[in-house]
Amino acid sequence: MIKAENISKCYRIGLKDAVHDSIGSALLSFINSPLRNYRKYRSLYKFDDINSNKMDDSNTKSSNIIWALKDVCFEIKTGEVVGIIGRNGAGKTSLLKILSKITDPTSGRAEIHGRVASLLEVGTGFHPELTGRENVFLNGAVLGMDKKEIKSKFDEIVEFSGVERFIDTPVKRYSSGMTVRLAFSVAAHLEPELLLVDEVLAVGDAEFQQKCLGKMGRVSREGRTVLFVSHNMGAIAQLCPRSIWLEEGEVKLDGSSSEVVGAYLSSGILSSSSWTNSSSWPEGSQAQIKSARLLSPDNQKMAIVNFNSQFRVEITYEIVEPMRNLSLLTRLTNSQGNVVWTSWDTDTTNWDGRVRGSGRYISVCKAPGGLLKPGHYQLSVGLVLDRRTLADYHEHVLRFEVSQIGYLLNLNRLGIITPLLEWDVKRIDETCSTTQTQANGKSSRV
Amino acid sequence: MNKEIATIIQPRSGWQVVDFKELKQYRDLFYFLVWRDIKVLYAQTILGFFWALLLPLVQIVVFTIIFGKVAKLSTEGIPYFLFSTVAIVPWTYISEAATRSSQSLVTNQNMLGKIYFPRLIFPLTPILAKLVDFGISILILVAVMIVYRVSPTWNLLLFPILIFMMICISAGLGMWSSALAIRYRDVKHAMPFFIKILMYTAPIVYSAATIPEKYRIIYSLNPLVGVIEGYRSCLLGTPLSWQYIIPGIITAIILLISGTLYFRRSERVFADVI
Repeated sequence: MIKAENISKCYRIGLKDAVHDSIGSALLSFINSPLRNYRKYRSLYKFDDINSNKMDDSNTKSSNIIWALKDVCFEIKTGEVVGIIGRNGAGKTSLLKILSKITDPTSGRAEIHGRVASLLEVGTGFHPELTGRENVFLNGAVLGMDKKEIKSKFDEIVEFSGVERFIDTPVKRYSSGMTVRLAFSVAAHLEPELLLVDEVLAVGDAEFQQKCLGKMGRVSREGRTVLFVSHNMGAIAQLCPRSIWLEEGEVKLDGSSSEVVGAYLSSGILSSSSWTNSSSWPEGSQAQIKSARLLSPDNQKMAIVNFNSQFRVEITYEIVEPMRNLSLLTRLTNSQGNVVWTSWDTDTTNWDGRVRGSGRYISVCKAPGGLLKPGHYQLSVGLVLDRRTLADYHEHVLRFEVSQIGYLLNLNRLGIITPLLEWDVKRIDETCSTTQTQANGKSSRV
Repeated sequence: MNKEIATIIQPRSGWQVVDFKELKQYRDLFYFLVWRDIKVLYAQTILGFFWALLLPLVQIVVFTIIFGKVAKLSTEGIPYFLFSTVAIVPWTYISEAATRSSQSLVTNQNMLGKIYFPRLIFPLTPILAKLVDFGISILILVAVMIVYRVSPTWNLLLFPILIFMMICISAGLGMWSSALAIRYRDVKHAMPFFIKILMYTAPIVYSAATIPEKYRIIYSLNPLVGVIEGYRSCLLGTPLSWQYIIPGIITAIILLISGTLYFRRSERVFADVI
């Protein structure tokens, strides 16, 4: 059982260094720097200047303080499996760190009944110079198992990881995938009464992830209490009946996972699913884009698209004089800035070469589901004149996320898109033409 | 059904006592971490544990040449090689253990931020792991004593007390300096310098007898003086210098307790300042 009452945690963010405009002041500051550094590093953990009215942001003195958690309250009963969701920096990891005693809360209180194991990272304490076998024992102890417990589960752990052949090889010679599998296997065999898990399923290949999810599911059915942080909404929905949504350090919603995940997915604070042009009419221009919207197939505005779902982009624009050879384009870029596509509304319609008379227009672009890799995308829109000149262009007007729901591959798979292509596999002969070569266990990312 | 374990989490402040029950609960982990330290220390070296012999030996030879042959320091009739061996073997342990202990939190900061176990385990691990090196370097002591035909005396009974003092001193220094080092990385730069000073304020290259009578009380406050003088009495059979050993034991214990208290007081901020 976990009972959290008004847990708050604040951190001080780095203080800005002064900029000097003369050698004199720079020298003075250099001489003063030990004292200033001392105050700065000391202030990192002193919060005397925070008054009781801690939510008051107008206090300039505490402006460099950020509240990772603000008055978080919840109660989790024994045997409950609860997901914690929220954006990066919402305080999920801080909460787990407080509950696992790694760091103290700034204020508030929590009560935990039962033996706790926390899994904020897989492979904590792994040492590259030690063999797989030695690391299993070390990591097991770090996670809170005693020697007897590790010994009795050792074979099971090694078998689960699938690295039997290399168990007596130093871990530094493992591929990163093998290390992760071994580390996760140790973690998966923990049997505490209470398990705190941070985003650790995002490692390993898809098959191994499924294996781990299955293991986690069994653990939760054994009546253990689990607190599970993840960005993988699919995993949350699959494992946790209940979820807590943290937003800027506060509990935004606490309830059944289907309700909370749904609300979270449709909130789209970082995204913008519609845009209206607020700039004035460009001088000498005959056409301007007015608005753009991202819509689901049933005409709902949305900022998060499920991997499998289709979506539509609707762009409105105005033309003041009849124009020939005008096209509208959408350009999609992913979060790394790679252009995923550029598509023109004249590509597949019969408007190519036709005169567009003055008036308001709407162009709709339909995108298939199952194409875009989960992640964040930006969409730019533009009007092209005579197939060369950009008459009007607006960068990144729509921002949206493709969620992992329905995505079956490993997110680390390389490729801007990772479509499921049709494959055909046949054995063409039962004898080999070359002798078998020793596999060296190293693998690179595929 | 197990008796229910209840944990209360709330802000701590001020002085904390040591939770021995909790330390006992984590003894397996402590054991594995010490074992890891020993195992990893000489991984991928050609000489392996011979390093534990080589380092003190080289220092003994260098000191014998410089301070014994060139500077001709007085050693009350003891051959300089023997004189310095007896001091450098324990000194190597204390300086190495304290230095590694002072860096223990910084080098393990990844573990510090990701997992909870009693923080005291971090600085104490190298203190115990380095005892293996010390055990090996005792071979040097034995060999040198045989060569110089030194026969053991009843003073040898003092040996366990001296080892206890060595552990207290290095653990005390380690806890003080590691708790400071995680917040102020200056410690990393100051430590070698500090160790050097510590060495020259102890009778390692010279004899304590050369200290003028009126300064001996102040001199005896350095617990290292007690350890080194104790080693000379214990192994070479020189008269027991209680005037250094007794204050040494007291200051070593004070160092250990104050180090533990300071460490416990500051450990709640460790994860936030890495």
